[in-house]
Amino acid sequence: MTTAATAAQETTSLVQSVDWLAIAPPTIAAVVGLLVLVADLFVPEQRKPLLGWISLAGLTAALLSLLPLLDGDRDTFCLTGDAGVCSYTADRFTVVIQFMVLAGALLTALLSVSPLKDERLPAGEYWFLLLSSAAGAALLPASRDLATLVVALEVASLPAFALVGLRRGDRRSSEAALKFFLSSVTATAVTLLGVSFVYAATGTLHLTEIATGLTSVDGDLQTLARTGVALTLVGFAFKTAAVPFHFWVPDTYIGAPLPVAAYLSVVGKAVGFTGLILVTVVAFPSYAEVWAPVLAVLAALTMTAGNVAALRQRADRDFSAVRLLAWSSVGQAGYLLVPIAAAGYVDDPADAIGATVAYALMYAAVNLGAFAVAALVARTAPRNRLTDYRGLYARHPLAALALGFFLLCLAGLPPGIIGLFAKVTVFQAAVDAGLGWLAVVMALNVVIALYYYLRWTAVLFRTPEGEAPARVRARAVPFPLTAAIVVTTLVGVALSGAPQMVLRFTESVLF
Amino acid sequence: MIDISESVMQLLLALIVVGPLLGAAAALLPAPPGLKGKSPDQAVLRHGVTVTGVILIAAVVLALGFDHGHPATMQATTDISWIPALDVRIHLGVDGISLPLLVLTALLTFLCALYSYFKQQHQRLTPRASGPSPKAFVALLLVLESGTLATFAVLDLLLFFLAFEMVLIPMYFLIARWGGAQRTQAAWKFILYTLLGSVVMLLGLLLIGLKSGTFDMLALATDNGRGLTTSVQVIAVLAIGLGLAVKTPMWPLHSWLPDAHTAAPTVGSVLLAGVLLKMGTYGFVRILLPIAPDGMREFAPYLAAFAVVGIIYGSLACLALARKGAKGDLKRLIAYSSVGHMGFVLLGIASMTPTGVNGALFANIAHGLITGLLFFLVGALKDRTGTTDLDALAGRTGQALYGKAPRFGALLAFGAVASLGLPGLAGFWGEMLALFGAFDPAEGLSRPAFLTFMAIAAFGTLLTAAYMLVVVRRICMGDPQEQPQQLADIQGYEFAAWTPLVALTVLAGLWPALLLSLTDPAVHKLLSGGKA
Repeated sequence: MTTAATAAQETTSLVQSVDWLAIAPPTIAAVVGLLVLVADLFVPEQRKPLLGWISLAGLTAALLSLLPLLDGDRDTFCLTGDAGVCSYTADRFTVVIQFMVLAGALLTALLSVSPLKDERLPAGEYWFLLLSSAAGAALLPASRDLATLVVALEVASLPAFALVGLRRGDRRSSEAALKFFLSSVTATAVTLLGVSFVYAATGTLHLTEIATGLTSVDGDLQTLARTGVALTLVGFAFKTAAVPFHFWVPDTYIGAPLPVAAYLSVVGKAVGFTGLILVTVVAFPSYAEVWAPVLAVLAALTMTAGNVAALRQRADRDFSAVRLLAWSSVGQAGYLLVPIAAAGYVDDPADAIGATVAYALMYAAVNLGAFAVAALVARTAPRNRLTDYRGLYARHPLAALALGFFLLCLAGLPPGIIGLFAKVTVFQAAVDAGLGWLAVVMALNVVIALYYYLRWTAVLFRTPEGEAPARVRARAVPFPLTAAIVVTTLVGVALSGAPQMVLRFTESVLF
Repeated sequence: MIDISESVMQLLLALIVVGPLLGAAAALLPAPPGLKGKSPDQAVLRHGVTVTGVILIAAVVLALGFDHGHPATMQATTDISWIPALDVRIHLGVDGISLPLLVLTALLTFLCALYSYFKQQHQRLTPRASGPSPKAFVALLLVLESGTLATFAVLDLLLFFLAFEMVLIPMYFLIARWGGAQRTQAAWKFILYTLLGSVVMLLGLLLIGLKSGTFDMLALATDNGRGLTTSVQVIAVLAIGLGLAVKTPMWPLHSWLPDAHTAAPTVGSVLLAGVLLKMGTYGFVRILLPIAPDGMREFAPYLAAFAVVGIIYGSLACLALARKGAKGDLKRLIAYSSVGHMGFVLLGIASMTPTGVNGALFANIAHGLITGLLFFLVGALKDRTGTTDLDALAGRTGQALYGKAPRFGALLAFGAVASLGLPGLAGFWGEMLALFGAFDPAEGLSRPAFLTFMAIAAFGTLLTAAYMLVVVRRICMGDPQEQPQQLADIQGYEFAAWTPLVALTVLAGLWPALLLSLTDPAVHKLLSGGKA
């Protein structure tokens, strides 16, 4: 590659050099996705599970391709005129988020294997869409110009719409997809408008260039730049499901196949807040006085709205478990926004961003774990009500203990030590930035959230209802589902023993 | 008293904190061959006795190996980095303040495990409705023990918070699954109150940590608040104090306590009163007094005022419950008496003098012993008669325990007079020292105000005596002919579980120097910022 790069520089050609190693993770995911789509045409019906294993292998390969990137930062797609301005950067932040996204997609794939068979979803399309979306999500954290950022956002989102609506003939599924699609497209359109304003004000799309450009905006263009900054945030706020863009969440989650809901709750959210971090901290640091208070207020509203709605869920309603997870994920998104808002108030935003990253890693592992156990319960109780979890301990003791652990991690109470310390770092970021009121709002939210998490946990250990459902022959749990539960539990326990593994991002420089 | 090398002491303290956790994990596994016992229930309860017994022995050895010549210095210290990102260190150690609490916790938990084991053995002969599995019970009990012991042994603010939170889940399940009537509501009330307090406390702890740059309690105590501005200290004391006051509990944040006690099973009540409440007052002494003295001075008069209101309020509530025809619940009555007793502890702390703080620590231990005993007795009374309703128990003339079960009656009377602070028993010294402390409060505190508080608190002791004697009259005395129901006197296993508490109550009452010689130097050091 180096010879190619020097050759390119000597001739000052317009063709940018490509560091294939750096772009391997999203590329592998995308290529394997296309491969699966083509293979779907030739694989006979009874051999369709093969596609699933190919996808799993592809995602694993994409994860492994992160390893060579650990030794240092790499840039590619740089301007031929100015090698310091690049569109794609594989620094530590990128690698960490790519790891989270790809590992999340891998766990989703594990969850998807048996529902694909049971619910007769079209396998080829499903795997193609999942891998494409994962490729987009992996591209996003590496993007360093607004065009790539928006393209990555769309590559991650468009397949997700189709995934949500994949249950053919299911009215709720199509309705959910349409709702998700319309609101998402509106948000993206607003973002594009904002991007164009910013481009008009600064004359560049590269994030670092924008950062310098914004410090010396022409007096007449001040308002334009200001509006552009605010509007750009909208699309990403939508993906994180921040208030007021959160109404799509519960309907979409219950309409979508369960693994897709899990995917949206973790990877979809990661896409949103990564974009927010890049845009706010890298591109618009000089406009912190615009976005930081807005984000702080959004964080407070989001967590309150999510937690209060989760609190009001009735346990005997259909899909109340998924509904609860959906609303709680809105609440968790509020916590994730707190450090990003705090980053606008401190001189060195890297520590605060690290708190978001650490919290997101914890949340990704335990939330996927909770969805995995929900998928397990859905096999015997398709309506997936909270009341269906009563006495889970008697039927599946280990799954019940795992779910209890995940819920307590989300609540932030021992034995979920990692959940507790992840919240501590978020509190710390808020207190450090002088956002005392936000810390207090979050403290109240933690208590509200504890109530519904613990109520669910308590249900798991109650004695099963009288009709002795244990006598119903329990179906064997498929291996991929077991693997997903075991992996997430192990990650959660390991992190609880050594929280430093994720919390070190709060003290090391990610960018 | 005996010479033990420092590294062994370190291991002992680590074992005391971690051992119960490992035991809890082991309790959930099936019993290994050879230890299966007569039934799985019996095997797991025996496992609980073994583990808590080992921890008690370790605690006693630790107390013997403790250098009693220097109780003010931290001993058996371990200091390992755990989460460098948050500057959290696994920093353990004991001094004269924490050692008695550690031993008390280990003792009470052991007695609870012993009591549960023998009670199950005893009841196996008489068939009963099957309750929830004792497996989970033992595991929760051990997690609870680990959390409380860790609270008293850690020297890092965030670790303290972690340990403080660790007891919530086990206690919630102990109340919600093994409790009596209204247990679900009571368990919720307990956990929501405490959690609401403790998240606010976390904010205060973070504020201290961020402003001073360290979470280490020893470093902060040596600093004695010099690194923190007064306004930071005031906010920190308000936030942390709120969390601790809920746990203590201080009037008017006490309302979770009577419900929790009334609903909790006997063992839960004993540990709640005996150990969990001490975590709050320990936090006041260990964190607020040395780390934020300026902020504490600001709030001390208010703390003292709330404390004396608590004393009077608790006593009046007890008097109302003890009246004839009030349908008072005996467990609820003891819970309210705890509010009063903890009021004395808070008054001692609020005086900010060595005398007052020593009294507070003494009253802590005494309350743990005496109230633990009382809850055991009331639990046993409930097992025998099926009720804790004072009116139902007393009937027209009284339950006549003296006549029907003389040893039981004598023990109950002993617990009652110890609780009202009879000189010569443990309850006396702590409250008297707390009052002495209030008589001459620390510099900068208004003396007339504290004299008033002292006078009101002293009046509270009279009220305490009044309701305790009413209870004794209605339960222990009476006409045996009026109460045809037979009552079994104290069983062997009950004797085994309760005798240590009685013996220690008498010992601490007759020889208070035993405890005070441990706490006094450490308290002096804490109040003077590590200079003494």
